[in-house]
Formats: sequence, C-alpha cells, structure tokens
Amino acid sequence: MAAATGFRYWIRKRLNPFNLLVVFFCLAFMAFFLFPFYWQLTTAVRTSANLTRIPPQMFPNPIDLHRFIYIFQGTTFPVSIRNSLIIAVFTTAICLSFSVLSSYAIARLNVPGSKVILFIVLVISMLPGVSIIGPLYLVFKNAGIINTRLCLVIAYTAFFLPFAMWFLSSFFRTIPPDLEEAATIDGCTPLQALVKIILPLSTPAVFTILMMIFINSWNEFLFAFTFTSSDQIRTYPVGLIMFRGLWNVPWGDLCAGSVVVATPIVLLVLLAQRYIIQGLTAGAMKG
Amino acid sequence: MTAPRRRVRIKGQGLSRTELGIVLIVPSVLLIALVSVYPFIRTLWNSLHSIRLNVPAMGQPFVGFKNYVTLFGTERFLNSIMLTFLFAITFVALQLVLGLAIAQVLNMKFKLRALVRAAILIPWAMALVITAILWQWMYNAVFGVINAMFVGIGVLKSPIDFLGVSGLSAYFSVMAVELWQNTPFMAIILLAGLQGIPTELYEAAKIDGAGRWVALWRITIPQLKHAVLVALLFRSIDAIRAFDLLFVLTQGGPGTSTEVASLYSYKLLFTFLDFGRGSASAMVMAVITIALAVVYIKVISTKD
Repeated sequence: MAAATGFRYWIRKRLNPFNLLVVFFCLAFMAFFLFPFYWQLTTAVRTSANLTRIPPQMFPNPIDLHRFIYIFQGTTFPVSIRNSLIIAVFTTAICLSFSVLSSYAIARLNVPGSKVILFIVLVISMLPGVSIIGPLYLVFKNAGIINTRLCLVIAYTAFFLPFAMWFLSSFFRTIPPDLEEAATIDGCTPLQALVKIILPLSTPAVFTILMMIFINSWNEFLFAFTFTSSDQIRTYPVGLIMFRGLWNVPWGDLCAGSVVVATPIVLLVLLAQRYIIQGLTAGAMKG
Repeated sequence: MTAPRRRVRIKGQGLSRTELGIVLIVPSVLLIALVSVYPFIRTLWNSLHSIRLNVPAMGQPFVGFKNYVTLFGTERFLNSIMLTFLFAITFVALQLVLGLAIAQVLNMKFKLRALVRAAILIPWAMALVITAILWQWMYNAVFGVINAMFVGIGVLKSPIDFLGVSGLSAYFSVMAVELWQNTPFMAIILLAGLQGIPTELYEAAKIDGAGRWVALWRITIPQLKHAVLVALLFRSIDAIRAFDLLFVLTQGGPGTSTEVASLYSYKLLFTFLDFGRGSASAMVMAVITIALAVVYIKVISTKD
C-alpha cells in the first residue's frame, strides 16, 4: 500500500502539463535531429528495387549490404577516404605543433604586439573563403603544388591556426606562472618548461584543439573542391559529389558512402563529447 | 614577467625570452600571411582591376571602383546580398529560439541527458556535403521520404520538388536543413551559459514567489546576455560566409532564389572567370564579416 501511495505521489508530482510538454518537445527535436541518420543508414541497405518504391518502406526489408562492398571495390571512394585521413592527420599534427609554440610565445614570452597579432589573425580566419580562394589557387599553382594533398594541408593548417592559437594561449594563461619560475631557477629553459610543465597541465585543452582541427579538416569542402582535380588526390566530400552522375543520382551509393565517412565522426563525438563542447563554448564561457 | 627579466639570457640558448618568443611565433604568422593575408590583399587588388580570365588579350587594366559600381547596379548581385542577409537573420534568429528551448531542456536533470546532448551534437559534426546529400535525398521529388510523409498525412495531394518548385519552397526547405545543422551549436553555447548562472538567483526568486516565466525573463535571459551575443555573432559570421550547403543542395536555384553572395561570388570567379567583379563581390562580403568579426573578438576577449 505504501508503495502504491509512493508511486501515485510520484506520478502526481511528475505528470504535470509542464513536464509532459518538456518530454514531448524533447522527443520531437530528437526525432528531427536523428531521423535523417536513420534514413541515411536505411537507404544504404535498401535493394535497388526498394530504393524507388512509393511510398518508401520505413523499415527496409530485405536488408542488402552490396553497396558497401561496391563502394570499396568498384569505386575510387576508398582512395578519397585515405586522402581525407592523410590530410586531416597531417593538418592536425602540424597545426597543433605550430599553435603550441606560438601560443606559448603569446602567453608567456613577452612578444611585443602579440595581442594585436592574435586579434588580426582571428579576424583573418573569419574571412569568407571566396575572398581568398582565387589568389590562393594561383599561389599554389605557381608553387607547383596545386592538386596535391600538400596544398590542402598547408591551407587548412593556416585556416585553423588562429582559433588554436587563441584557445591555447588563453588556456596557457590560466596556468600559474610560479611553476615555471621555479623550474627556470632550477635551470630549465623556456622550451623545457613548456614541454615538462605547461603541456602536461594542458592535456585537456590540447585534446580539444586536436578534435576541432581534425573534424574541421575532415569535413572541409570548398577548398578541396577547388584545389583538387584528380581521383588520386580528392578528399571524400569531393568524392561524394563526384558520385552524382549527370542524369542518374545513385542515392543508395551516396548514402552508403556517407555512412562510411560519418561513422568515425559520430564515434568521435560520442567518445570525446566533453572536449568538443569545451572547444565550442570557449568564447561563451569566459568570465 | 617583468621588464628586467627580458634581458636575462637563457642558459644555453643565447636568446632572450622575447627573442625566443619571436622565433616561436614567426612560423605561424608567416604561414597565415602567405595563405590568408596575401591572397586577401590580392583579391582587393583584383577587385580594382578588370580581369577576364577567358579574355587574356584584354590584359588587366586598373579600373578603380568600376567593378563595385557595376555590381551595385546588377540585380543578381543585389539579390544575392539581400538573400545573404535574409537567410542569415531569419535562420540565426530561429536557431536562437529553438536552441534556447533545447538548452533549457538539457539544463534539467534527467536520466538520459548525456545521451540527448551527444545526439544533438552529431548533426553539428557532419560535413555539410553529407548533410546536403542526405536532405536532398529526403526532399527528392519522386521517392523522397518527406514527400511520402506529407502525402501520407494529407498535407500534400501529390509529391512536389521541394528544392525546385519555387523560391519560397526552396527557402523553407533550406531553413529546415539550416536548423538541423546549426541549432545544436546554438543549444550547446546557450547550455554553457545556463550552467554558468548561479542557482542562488533562482532560489531567491522562488522565495519571492516568482513563477517559471518571471524567472526566465528576469534571471535567465539577462544572465545569458554574453552567451547569446557570442552565439549570435559567431553564427551570423558563419551564416554570411556559408558556401558548402547551398552549393550542393540547390546551386542557388531555382533560378537565383537561393543564390547567396558566396555562391554568386564563386560563380563570377570560377564559372564566368570574371576575376575583377568576382573579387569585388567577395570583398563586399569580406567587409561585412570583418565588421562582425571585430565585434565578436572584442566580445570573447573582454570578459577575462
């Protein structure tokens, strides 16, 4: 009897119009955000006949996995994925090294005008892509590296550096300087202090930056599309666009391909949620 | 680090701290100068010249502001600027309202909160190309699931081409995709803002007998000002620069009804090979984003 009263109390407390509204709203936006992924996945495993059925099946039956085999064996898509991976990994590594060094200089090494420099590079990083893409194309062309993975690594490194510099330098500033000073007295050079004291204390911030750079360069389209012209160099976003024929759009293959390249990002987001949120909210959280 | 320290030589390096700092910062600055600053200045230069890549014999004569004057007399350009603002303002405003509602829900304590938060982050992390392809397929004029749903519940009599039938239909279709892709960012920023509001404020309001709405208007919204400003500025800059989504989803169509300034500039540059006017169009966009970016960076740097 006591349990029933408790349950009834619980129901009465919880089941009010406001909570119902909240639950309904929550379910509605979850459906809105997640349904497209459900549709992407289920399109990828439809048979060709079921792909053009009207109305479409909500639950694909039978399940057909041939597209995943096809995109790996019958197309150049695996090459595109490999290119994206190489470019994202190199961009992340290089951008991280550059930004750790320059952020340390900004935060700790009395570089004259470093605040102004940071301000200017941040503004520059927010320029529309179309306002630099033409001349940048010619720079890479004259240097003989247009249509290479290298030119995209260089471009992405420069694009993502300002945010990384801003994020890391403001993080470095929050570390008390006493630790370094003590180390300096013990004979540590500034670079040793960076490696032995600052970096170990900044692992979460470094990891956040790593995530942001990787996701951004993995997803970039405009410059990849403009600067690459051969199957051997293309990244996956460009590769996906190239799937589309003139008359016939292979929706099943497109969905299968995008499932393959979206999966690692989904896993990253699920595993590193905390770090990504820190990167996203950095500006809003100050103070 | 005080001034006298600068002159202290660092053991074994022969560089002062300042000198070492300059050595460390120079590679980054040079790289950004080469990849972003030089091309930008070059675009400014190009915008003051007549450069037709498909008519190389014409040379590249200096024409002053003629490209800008021509553009501001071109209906297609004015249309693209108007659309850029229309899309940026309406989409960002809706993202703010929806994002605030979602942030409020995520700020409550319930069992699956971490899962819900992760779920809404996933659209943010998707490549815009994937988003565009996905929605294009769902909007498909014949086999699309959205048509099937609308016909199923009786909103539509027969399937329509959401992205192609009219400018208005394309606008609302793009709006849904924009909300899907970018509301999560808004919600996450605002959630961070909400979590920064001291709970004592709400407790005090409760003691004073304030209801939910009063608390929302009197505490939540004023306290969220900084987060809202950051989110609005960042999203607006991004919305004005946006290229990928519309480039894949509509290519600016039907007609020029979704041809925002970044698409028009890109077409001037790489389709019409008119580097003079294309650069001028890109410069107009750049001026708008720089103005917003300066405010944005001031806002994120002030509260230390």
